[in-house]
Amino acid sequence: MAAQTQTVREQSVTSVEAAPSLWPGLWAIFVKEVRTELRTRELLVTTAVFALTVVFMFSFSFDPASEESRHIGPGLLWIAFLFAGTLMLEPAFLREQSNDTLAALRLAPIAPSAILLGKTLANFLFLSITEALLIPVFVVFYNVSVVSVIPGLALVCLLGTLGIVIPGTLFSAVTAHARMREMLLPLLLLPVLTPILIAATEATASLLSDPPEWPSMGLKLLAGADIIFLTAAYFLFDSLLEE
Amino acid sequence: MARGRALSSSPDIALSGDTAGPPAVAGLGIEYSAVEKRYGPIRALRPTTLEIHHGEFVALLGPNGSGKTTLLRLTAQLARPTSGSIQFRGSSGIESGSAARRRLGVVAHPTMLYDDLTAEENLQLFARLYDLPDAAAAVSARLAACGLADRRTDLVRTFSRGMRQRLTLARALLHNPGLLLFDEPTTGLDVAGCEWLAGELRHLHESGCTIIMSTHQGGEVTALATRTIALDSGRIVRDSRSSGAVG
Amino acid sequence: MSPNRILWLVVKLVAALWMAAAGYVIFFIAPDESTMHAIQRIFYIHVSSAWTAGVGFFCVAVAGVLYLIKREPRYDWAGIAAAETSLAFTTVVLVTGPIWAKPIWGIWWTWDPRLTSTFVTWLMYVAYLLIRTLVDDKQRRAVLCAVYGIFAFVDVPLVFMTIRWWRGQHPSPVLAGAQPGSGLDPTMKGVLFFTWGATLVLFAVLMRARFRLEAIRGETEELRQQVEDLPGAPASSRPLVGSHG
Repeated sequence: MAAQTQTVREQSVTSVEAAPSLWPGLWAIFVKEVRTELRTRELLVTTAVFALTVVFMFSFSFDPASEESRHIGPGLLWIAFLFAGTLMLEPAFLREQSNDTLAALRLAPIAPSAILLGKTLANFLFLSITEALLIPVFVVFYNVSVVSVIPGLALVCLLGTLGIVIPGTLFSAVTAHARMREMLLPLLLLPVLTPILIAATEATASLLSDPPEWPSMGLKLLAGADIIFLTAAYFLFDSLLEE
Repeated sequence: MARGRALSSSPDIALSGDTAGPPAVAGLGIEYSAVEKRYGPIRALRPTTLEIHHGEFVALLGPNGSGKTTLLRLTAQLARPTSGSIQFRGSSGIESGSAARRRLGVVAHPTMLYDDLTAEENLQLFARLYDLPDAAAAVSARLAACGLADRRTDLVRTFSRGMRQRLTLARALLHNPGLLLFDEPTTGLDVAGCEWLAGELRHLHESGCTIIMSTHQGGEVTALATRTIALDSGRIVRDSRSSGAVG
Repeated sequence: MSPNRILWLVVKLVAALWMAAAGYVIFFIAPDESTMHAIQRIFYIHVSSAWTAGVGFFCVAVAGVLYLIKREPRYDWAGIAAAETSLAFTTVVLVTGPIWAKPIWGIWWTWDPRLTSTFVTWLMYVAYLLIRTLVDDKQRRAVLCAVYGIFAFVDVPLVFMTIRWWRGQHPSPVLAGAQPGSGLDPTMKGVLFFTWGATLVLFAVLMRARFRLEAIRGETEELRQQVEDLPGAPASSRPLVGSHG
């Protein structure tokens, strides 16, 4: 009987438990995504090589040596990030379909948003790594000097990347069950990311101009977009999984 | 499956407990009140009222489309009832939906395992998701219990079908659930596999866990059930408990 | 005939008459604009369509929210009806814009913030329709469209603000006179609102027609299901865990 009452007390605690918290689930899923990527390296390598190819191809269409091209540079960079990001985001939820691991994640006592945010955080890491690899290449091809503006550039990339991966991960869940999903995701994502492309490009251009200008408006727009995207995605994701 | 056979007949390595008998688990009870599920115009489950007592081993019988899988989905909270409600009872009273999820284990045909992670990493993930207090120990104990301890650092991709089944069950049992749902677990199992599963189910039932298993065939696994509910076209047509059968 | 049918017959009649009246008003009652003259009259259609499309996209978002909360198919039907109809009006905006711009500024596209934002919105709603085409499972499709419709609607103000700031950095001609109160002649204002009213009623008629089409498809599906439900007929099934789409 004593053992019984003990269990009763334990269980009454679990019964009045609040809704599952976000962080442990988020972190567990983030760790899982990173582990998988470290093992297969499929995403990082293909994304980085694709982005590199795009930047390189742009050099043939827009002569990097000319003055005009140096103006176009920031735009080309962000377009390369957008395209690479869109490719990279596609498999985010598709991977959970093979053994229906998504069901296992939904069965666990975690908030559904933890699934979205864990994957978003992982995608953020992967895209950021791609960007970090690409910016030096860009510097070399377009002969720009970024040393003095690295903090500003880092901030623009951080906010801009968040703006790409948050809707991107959400829409990856949307397209996971669609036909022609590889084409559908860019079609859904790119119009929605117009504010990010514009703000990030203008901000980068300000930083790279002579003399460099702190892009306060651009950063504000990016931050605002990130907050709006995060809030919308957070509230909409649960409905996506529900049946 | 030779490995499996050796384990179940070996006295030194028990499958889900120590040699003194399986540890007691407080099985969950479930009350379904007029639970209905419609997918648009499709009536997957008509309003069903049912009570499952803790510790019962229920076999759900019925052809495809009879509603047994829908009933399991609703119980697992993977789908929400169109109307009606499901209440879970622990030994202290009604448990909330999220508390019940903590006590729930599911085994179905897809393995729900990550092929690109090792056995250990898979279980570690779920240990974290279920917020287990001593994750490392629980993972090690489970791996030992299902006989995969020496394959812990191997990718699930390299596992045979039998090994995946054992790991799937290990994942489902990791958090000591009080309610286990099995969806046609004998599909694709050979004779040895069925024997192994029967042994597992027997242990689980003896430890007090509530088990609901859907199946469309009889056999030694179904015979272990203490209660049989047959469904057809989304409604219960026969319940061994209410007909006064043994259970 | 049921009262509902009579009501809608009246509405359709009103729409037709009102649009005809608007046409008359635009050409014969609206004053001639000082700099642009005749071509300026297209402004009434351009702006009315834009405002109506805006109302329409708001309807898509609201239908999406209602669907996610209540999961009743009719909200999904309302969503697609509003989306397709709004897309039609948006196309009108995008076509009348260049028609207006070319004679005045000699260029087809002016990168005006409003027009450019409208183009982005057009792309987003085409994407919405693509989701509908490319997803087979009806319930899932409804959820996906609702989610995207809501997200896209929330994004539109952001798109507009960013494009306006961007064009502020790189100025170019703005399609003038599209805001009431920005020195618009009272008669012109009157004509604008009159035309807007006509387009709203037209929108309602078109949306309802599209809604009815989806509703009839849904009802047919329901009836077919009832037939399948009859004893002896095979039924569809979904696995507990596994692909269910």
